[in-house]
Amino acid sequence: MSAVIENHHDDHHHGPAKGLTRWLYTTNHKDIGTLYLWFSFAMFLIGGAMAMIIRAELFQPGMQIVEPEFYNQMITLHGLIMIFGGVMPAFVGLANWLVPMMIGAPDMALPRMNNLSFWILPFAFFILLSSLFMEGGAPNFGWTFYAPLSTTYAPPSVTFFIFSVHIMGASSIMGAINVIVTIMNMRAPGMDLMKMPLFVWSWLITAYLLIAVMPVLAGAVTMMLMDIHFGTSFFNAAGGGDPVLFQHIFWFFGHPEVYIMILPAFGIVSHIIETFSRKQLFGYSSMVWAMLSIAILSFVVWAHHMFTVGMPLAAELFFMWATMLIAVPTGVKVFNWIATMFRGSITFETPMLFACAFVVLFTLGGFSGLMLAITPADFQYHDTYFVVAHFHYVLVPGAIFSIMAAVYYWIPKWSGNMYDERLGKLHFWLSFIGVNVTFFPQHFIGLAGMPRRYPDYALQFADWNMVSTVGAFLFGISQVFFLFIVIKTVMGGKKATDQVWEGARGLEWTVASPAPYHTFGTPPKVD
Amino acid sequence: MNNKGKTSVKFLGMTVIAMFFFSFALVPLYNVFCEVTGINGKVFQSENSQEYTAEVGRDVAVQFISSNNERMPWVFKPSNEVMGVVTGKYYNATFYVKNTTNKTMTAQAVPSIAPSNAAAHLKKLECFCFEQQELAPGEEALLPVKFLISNELPNQIKNVILSYTIFDITDYNQENLAHLEMHTEKN
Repeated sequence: MSAVIENHHDDHHHGPAKGLTRWLYTTNHKDIGTLYLWFSFAMFLIGGAMAMIIRAELFQPGMQIVEPEFYNQMITLHGLIMIFGGVMPAFVGLANWLVPMMIGAPDMALPRMNNLSFWILPFAFFILLSSLFMEGGAPNFGWTFYAPLSTTYAPPSVTFFIFSVHIMGASSIMGAINVIVTIMNMRAPGMDLMKMPLFVWSWLITAYLLIAVMPVLAGAVTMMLMDIHFGTSFFNAAGGGDPVLFQHIFWFFGHPEVYIMILPAFGIVSHIIETFSRKQLFGYSSMVWAMLSIAILSFVVWAHHMFTVGMPLAAELFFMWATMLIAVPTGVKVFNWIATMFRGSITFETPMLFACAFVVLFTLGGFSGLMLAITPADFQYHDTYFVVAHFHYVLVPGAIFSIMAAVYYWIPKWSGNMYDERLGKLHFWLSFIGVNVTFFPQHFIGLAGMPRRYPDYALQFADWNMVSTVGAFLFGISQVFFLFIVIKTVMGGKKATDQVWEGARGLEWTVASPAPYHTFGTPPKVD
Repeated sequence: MNNKGKTSVKFLGMTVIAMFFFSFALVPLYNVFCEVTGINGKVFQSENSQEYTAEVGRDVAVQFISSNNERMPWVFKPSNEVMGVVTGKYYNATFYVKNTTNKTMTAQAVPSIAPSNAAAHLKKLECFCFEQQELAPGEEALLPVKFLISNELPNQIKNVILSYTIFDITDYNQENLAHLEMHTEKN
């Protein structure tokens, strides 16, 4: 008895602090992961509400609900919030929760920086969203903020936009440094690089991409700031600058950014398919090499976003072939997932449903990407709804489905409770139908020539736009339902076992459910 | 944290700083790249006047196009819209410009060449686009450009378009002048 009490006294790190300061001062990777995930969920709902405004305006041709100026602000903020506030922080949150547990480390390598990198994010988005209430309105130049639209012709709030991008960039860079240092230095003894779980691999590569390109984004917005306030002419033709240069710098950041938003999804989906197929993942090392080659290729394909600016034929051919080359490693991954499922004893719990939908719909988005990579065809597709359909297919049923799959898959480990399988499946089917009804018709209206970023359209596009809006509202409502499911699971439910899933492998399933506040104080031994 | 961790943090921090400066280095890199390859329709001043001249050349039509950037009220147009030239010989062309406002303004013309693969073969010895133009109210001028199209112009190109867009840089110019004065004081 006395021994137990003494033990209790020795253990200074037995649990979290109480109250609000727990969350403000926390350096615990699980707390910070939770903060990131809830923050990204809030941003997802705000960005989603903006998408509802956009789709409501496009329900019928003509101007009904909002002013065109406000519509432009909505498309800009929707894009920025979903990318920098929704998808990226959600993946950082998953990395915080899972990377230390998967490699058998007690915490992230730099816990205080971890706290800082989260807590500057709400300020960045407060600044960005507050610009809605400023004179001249919020940024209205699209999430790609091409100069001189975002410099000479921008509303005064552009300066706040620039600073908020600086803060988001600083947060991402600190998060990335933390992930790399953790993975490179804190793996349990015996865990070689080629024994790391694929989610850890995918985040290691993602973090290097972030380190390489987020500073370039910071440079681009800094140049904008100087053009606007300090009389430089980086992008101003009158002073010897070049607006096309902006597009090159932006997309030098922007294309690796696309893979920053999808590589962690590859890792997640590999784990889930492996678990629910009750088989070892097919082709582990080829998965790693595929992700590495995708990451390296991402630096030499940026100009495929700007085929129509006027490039020499040789450059257009180079960027076309380099882009198409990316289909090879991506194809390797898709075939590996299918080969993993082949002859497995598969069950379709909610995470597996989302993962299967990911494989099918992400591949579909990849194929429309291949169509866009064909330079001569791109002159037709450029800036139409076909592009909108393409990138929403890779981001919504791609990145976001993988995040939802991850939440269903790991929430029993995080909360200790099983989610309600019936509700989970219902959420999946509503999302699956909603996403396809929303975005599939956008392929048709895009090929028919409807341009993106306009609040109004010609009459011949009316029918499919109406269908798309109905789908968007279905998808939107089902995400409020998702919020309900998550809260219900956190509040209570059937207790989860430690392994949670029959086929689950990996160190995170060896600890108790819910995962104790501190795990792997002594490193586990990995064979 | 162990030493290996500290080394990684330092290395990654340096990489971040290096990539930030790399984004600024993209600006001169881009300009050098455009100059070397002649893409993007950019034209730079040629140094040697003898290097590209030739005895025998072929006929090419050069079209001149002028346009005003928005809110630039000056009259700006080429003296001749088309000029028949022979490759390997220098020609002079002029553009007429007039300040129609009642205040002194400064302008900068920015050139562009089409088709873009002709840009590398159009050599300018003199061009008003290399300088800024300041005109008093109502003042007019003929702006010269001395150019040559080299014999290496690809054979399928029969027609080269030289276009200029004129920008109002009066506000920019005052800042530049202040900058120049500081320099002269130092010297």
